[in-house]
Amino acid sequence: MTTREQWIAFITIVRKEIRRFLRIWMQTLLPPAITMSLYFIIFGALIGSRIGEMGGFTYMEFVVPGLIMMSVITNAYSNVVSSFFGAKFQRFVEEILVSPMSNNTVLWGYVLGGVARGLLVGLIVTLLSLFFTRLHIQHIGVTVGIVLMTSIMFSLAGFINAVYANNFDDVSIVPVFVLTPLTYLGGVFYSIDLLPEFWADVSRLNPMLYIVNAFRYGVLGVSDVNVGTAFLMVGVFTLLAYGYCMYLLNTGKRLRQ
Amino acid sequence: MSKALEIRGLRKVYDNGFEALKGIDLCVEEGDFFALLGPNGAGKSTTIGIICSLVKKTAGSVSVFGHSIDSELALAKKEIGIVPQEFNFSNFESVWDIVVNQAGYYGLTRELAEQRAETYLRQLDLWEKRNTASRMLSGGMKRRLMIARALVHEPRLLILDEPTAGVDIELRRSMWAFLKEINQRGTTIILTTHYLEEAESLCRNIAIIDSGEIAENTAMKTLLKQLHRETFVLDTKEPLPDTISIAGFETHKTDEQMLEVALEKGGSLNAVFAALSEQGVEVTSMRNKANRLEELFVSLLAKS
Repeated sequence: MTTREQWIAFITIVRKEIRRFLRIWMQTLLPPAITMSLYFIIFGALIGSRIGEMGGFTYMEFVVPGLIMMSVITNAYSNVVSSFFGAKFQRFVEEILVSPMSNNTVLWGYVLGGVARGLLVGLIVTLLSLFFTRLHIQHIGVTVGIVLMTSIMFSLAGFINAVYANNFDDVSIVPVFVLTPLTYLGGVFYSIDLLPEFWADVSRLNPMLYIVNAFRYGVLGVSDVNVGTAFLMVGVFTLLAYGYCMYLLNTGKRLRQ
Repeated sequence: MSKALEIRGLRKVYDNGFEALKGIDLCVEEGDFFALLGPNGAGKSTTIGIICSLVKKTAGSVSVFGHSIDSELALAKKEIGIVPQEFNFSNFESVWDIVVNQAGYYGLTRELAEQRAETYLRQLDLWEKRNTASRMLSGGMKRRLMIARALVHEPRLLILDEPTAGVDIELRRSMWAFLKEINQRGTTIILTTHYLEEAESLCRNIAIIDSGEIAENTAMKTLLKQLHRETFVLDTKEPLPDTISIAGFETHKTDEQMLEVALEKGGSLNAVFAALSEQGVEVTSMRNKANRLEELFVSLLAKS
């Protein structure tokens, strides 16, 4: 296929993916909007007003970046894992496997679909947060860069999960039992400065801490961790995930008999 | 004439150790209408899966219009349109989206994809259903949707894996007419089917595969000439006597008024009628017990 034909194939997958999550907006866009609004009301407005300041900001200002990033992560991941597993389950992944598209085209088509949903949900949550607080983005480059890299990384991870998933339980295991706990414990609701030293050190092993704090640095200008380390970590994990996705596609592992 | 498909020494051993293909050779000329027949589990779908790269081969080579699937996979894939045995499209997408998206996967511009989608959906009587979710279609419509999807990038080789399974007779015949037409327009067609009448009516050449090996590979006419025996079913006006028999012929009374007579190649039906007349039996109608190819198929498989 020529470069132009590959581009058309790529756009076809991206368009299909975006139309898919827009078509089922009740399952994809509405739930995170409702959940995050409840977080804003309960943790930000009701409980937050009694907590006082954290890291020099009101509690609402402190939790908003983490909640936005949590939405981006879970939605980018869930979009790719559910879409690609659905294609496997209903066997229409064969439409793609028999076509002359390159494996890179297939992978980036699905990844961009995940990134699109992650960013759209992130935008919705950001707009909802403006009902509760004001956001003054301190470092636009850091903010945009970490959101993009994180959504790409988790879209790639979702693709790996989809390839290995045998049933719908396998699709929800990682978001429910891995992503959500790690994000909750990754400094979304608190600064690790509040933790005893041992638990603060344990928290530093959690990659979500770096992602959430890098985004918080972009928005508020404060972070519990080194932002450069966060970018390096996300970059390395993204490259590893990309390499593994390509290995799966090139070998046809769990996709071709 | 160039070769649409050339398979040499194709072998497939699945992870569980089952050897589905034992080194088959197969050649399909450009423009042919080719039947690949065999019982369930013979290796037909594995062969097709390897050609379309859905199944990884263990050994051997496959070329589609001269493009090896090892070194020029994308070029080989562009030449192939596949209609699989089982439905494999999204239940939630519309007929239109399924066909147009498939064209996109082959790099066709949106404009051309929409033109082609309209052409094939109209030809396959699906135009009125273009905005319907695929899950709402009948079984026959789903089969036609898969044909439209396989044709939208206008492949030179169309592979149909039991395309008329579960399709009613009227629709089956209209699909045959459509397939004949696209074959006449130059598309090479490979067909697997359980309806042997279908293969006999459509295909010029045939391969019979059994237990992962090619049992026969020849022209349909040549194969049918090998038929040595035919069975006729005779309906009689009155109930047949219990002692009915015809000297020199194998007979089987299947009903009070129904007699099966096996006739060797070159045998005369006149002798059958004469013998029956002598016994006072009046024949009211006669038909072949089964499709000729079916008899041959059974005897070939019995041999192999």
